[in-house]
Amino acid sequence: MLSYIVRRILGTIPVILLISLLVFMLVQAAPGDPADLLLSDEATKEDIDDARKRWGLDQPIHVQYGKFLIAALQGDLGTSFRYTDPVVTMIVDRLPATIELAVVSILIALIVGVPLGVWAGARPNSWIDNVGSFVGFFGISMPNFWFGIMLILVVSGYFNLLPSAGRSTYGVGGPPITGFFILDNIIHGDWNAVRDGISYIILPAVALGTNMMGILMRVTRSSVLEVMHEDFVRTARAKGVRDTVVLWRHVVRNALIPIITVVGLELGTLLSGSIIVETVFSWPGSGSLLISAITSRDYPLITGTVLTYTLAFVIINFIIDILYGTIDPRIRFDK
Amino acid sequence: MTNSALPTPDAQNVTTIDDAQSVMPDLPRRARILKTLRPWLKPKIVLGGTVVFMLVFIGIFAPVIAPYDPNGQNLINALRAPGWFSEPHFLGTDHVGRDILSRIIYGARISLVIAATVVVISGVIGIGLGAISGFFAGRTDFLIQKLVEVVWAFPPLLLAIAIMAFFGQSLLILIVALVVQRWIPYCRVAGGQALSLRTRDFVDAARSLGASNTRIITRHVLPNLIQAAMVIGTFAMATAIIAEASLSFLGLGVPPAIPTWGSMLADGRTYISTSWWLALFPGLCIFFTVLGINMLGDGMRDLFDPRLKRPGQGMG
Repeated sequence: MLSYIVRRILGTIPVILLISLLVFMLVQAAPGDPADLLLSDEATKEDIDDARKRWGLDQPIHVQYGKFLIAALQGDLGTSFRYTDPVVTMIVDRLPATIELAVVSILIALIVGVPLGVWAGARPNSWIDNVGSFVGFFGISMPNFWFGIMLILVVSGYFNLLPSAGRSTYGVGGPPITGFFILDNIIHGDWNAVRDGISYIILPAVALGTNMMGILMRVTRSSVLEVMHEDFVRTARAKGVRDTVVLWRHVVRNALIPIITVVGLELGTLLSGSIIVETVFSWPGSGSLLISAITSRDYPLITGTVLTYTLAFVIINFIIDILYGTIDPRIRFDK
Repeated sequence: MTNSALPTPDAQNVTTIDDAQSVMPDLPRRARILKTLRPWLKPKIVLGGTVVFMLVFIGIFAPVIAPYDPNGQNLINALRAPGWFSEPHFLGTDHVGRDILSRIIYGARISLVIAATVVVISGVIGIGLGAISGFFAGRTDFLIQKLVEVVWAFPPLLLAIAIMAFFGQSLLILIVALVVQRWIPYCRVAGGQALSLRTRDFVDAARSLGASNTRIITRHVLPNLIQAAMVIGTFAMATAIIAEASLSFLGLGVPPAIPTWGSMLADGRTYISTSWWLALFPGLCIFFTVLGINMLGDGMRDLFDPRLKRPGQGMG
């Protein structure tokens, strides 16, 4: 197991290096010189040369990449052109909001998608299967940003039930400890703020989680259908184990592997989906930071955010890989 | 006796015996067509197919169907609510008085053209690389697999967003940005299939007859990949439509002058508090289009791969 983990980490390093190279090349290949774009039209040639020197743009590409890589390894992704703050600090400040949103979305998707999939798979062609398959199709076909807009229109606009933008009411809640608003206020014991935070997170989380919910439902269903044919299910039923117990103890546990795989794979979609959903709901996460960086052509901030997202995705996939072994003892790592 | 009299009744009988249709020789033509069509007549395929067919129809005949110029502004008529049949603007107008219905109709065209182009290019690249990688194995396979690994390491859409952010808005760059990750599913399936096919007897047989690698790939490996490619392509079409709409919604899609569903939604979000119709109709179009395509893909997968829809024994 340990040697497998080490081997996987070693295998990930070249991928991460190549990712950083690719992201770096994107900036290089982009038309126009950042120095030209950022300085005003009145900047003289000396101003531009000066700026190029200051940002290191006058050096050969491989030197620039080397410097970029060494700095990045030391946790320095450069300085934002626009805000003149370190990119890393800006991203770290915004990251908890994105993680909070992603976690709640996944929870919603799991709570609705998995049971629905299990019931649908256990009783194919029943009414619950039809409901499930509708939810599945709905989930995978719904563009999350439109669903978000419609939620705002109906839930916030028409029924006036939940807030439509931001993360909390201004002035509510104690000082941040972890950066996770809801968690922080649970620690503070400020239940009003917790309630406030939850009311703000519901709509974006539903908009973001619907897609994964649909996919989870479909995967769970087919996975349960498959496991139902296995010998051990027949044995359990022949022994007289109750159907509910067979289903939730024997079948679901064995159907878990594809479900976890899908959660892992779909986390990428969820991450990039969060970029759009955050924009729709003005959620102050790293996704909306990326979009505002793009609008203001803040290249270091764009590269930094893209790298962070991708790195997060690589790490998540790595963890999922390791998780397999603990869930399914049949998987052996030492081959 | 002249040659023209040759196809005698006898001769005809001889040919029908060899014919595959001799199993049902008396079946009228219509019944035969119905028999070949039957597996396709599943609700999912019919429904999904109808949606896709309507979309293609609307896309092709957009200039004929659309009641107004999609870019024709009329500020006096701005933000007019849907008039249904009582007013000239069936689905209302947007913030500069452009007819929503006409923009949706033209938007269908753009969505379809972009999605179809992306799917075809991705398919060609993915299947090509996959077939090569699976068939030759060794170092080529290793290189292609590394490329897949790196490109696939990016969260979907993020790479497209980054490309659009750095290279600016144009149709060509949009297509490149959408293809960049979409060829990978084809490549994986094609690679796996090619790997298993290369050891099969018919490939050995072809090789012993002196067939070249190119010939074996194009004549024996590729035809076996068509069904899988059709299913992947259908689903890729759905994701491409959503991705294009997402990018346009973020203002990173095609140039603003071209009406697309995504950019219409971006306007709709701005005017959400006053004019619901701006955001409702383009979104509905995306939703139903993607739903239809997904159903079609699902139905086709059931059809091509019966293993996936084993009827369960059920419980209770």
